[in-house]
Amino acid sequence: MAEEIKKIMFTVRKAPHGSIYVYEGLEVKLIMAAYDADISVVFLDDGVFALKKGQDTKELGIKGFAATYGALMDYEIQKVYVDRHSMEVRGMTEEDLLVIGEDEETEEPVTPQVIDAQEIAAMMAEQHNILSF
Amino acid sequence: MLHTVNKSPFQNTSLADCARLLRDDDVLLLLEDGVFAAQTGTQHTALVESLLQRVKVYALQADLKARAVTRLIPGIETTDYAGFVELVEKHRVHSWL
Repeated sequence: MAEEIKKIMFTVRKAPHGSIYVYEGLEVKLIMAAYDADISVVFLDDGVFALKKGQDTKELGIKGFAATYGALMDYEIQKVYVDRHSMEVRGMTEEDLLVIGEDEETEEPVTPQVIDAQEIAAMMAEQHNILSF
Repeated sequence: MLHTVNKSPFQNTSLADCARLLRDDDVLLLLEDGVFAAQTGTQHTALVESLLQRVKVYALQADLKARAVTRLIPGIETTDYAGFVELVEKHRVHSWL
């Protein structure tokens, strides 16, 4: 009997470089993506700052992870969402979002999908596990 | 869904952030510094009262006692660690760290 594929959601609620949370969360996502799981990632609250394009951490002396986010889809993480309200109150628009991969057919760049709180809450209710960072 | 909030609402927006995503059949558990939200007569009381209209709100007894939080907003239930475990068994969990 085939085992049911686990639905696992990651929530990212911290800004990117002030703490290790976002970086560590990304590591866990990449590890989990190697398993046969239905993975989704939701950026909300200060987590939306992690999706801003043009992050340059050179002068901080750290590697940064924007490049890895740019390849999320190559790592088999297709479901990437960002909370509309969190973006709006932080002065962010869809134009500010970094690219996470390209569409397999059209080869157009893909950015995270902007959704509303109700949609996030409904998705949360469908998960087997939710990991928050 | 069980939502856990462990940060003081006076220093962190976790409780308000969580409130935005709470659905009517969800459960909220206040623990660690999150229990300061359970106190009546604060600037966050109105928010918690509005949540109590929609969801069940628990506060962890050990954390309340440790912080001498005694005047609870009516409607908040307290739970011990065994009750905490039962809640976790019954629900999917999201921690608002």
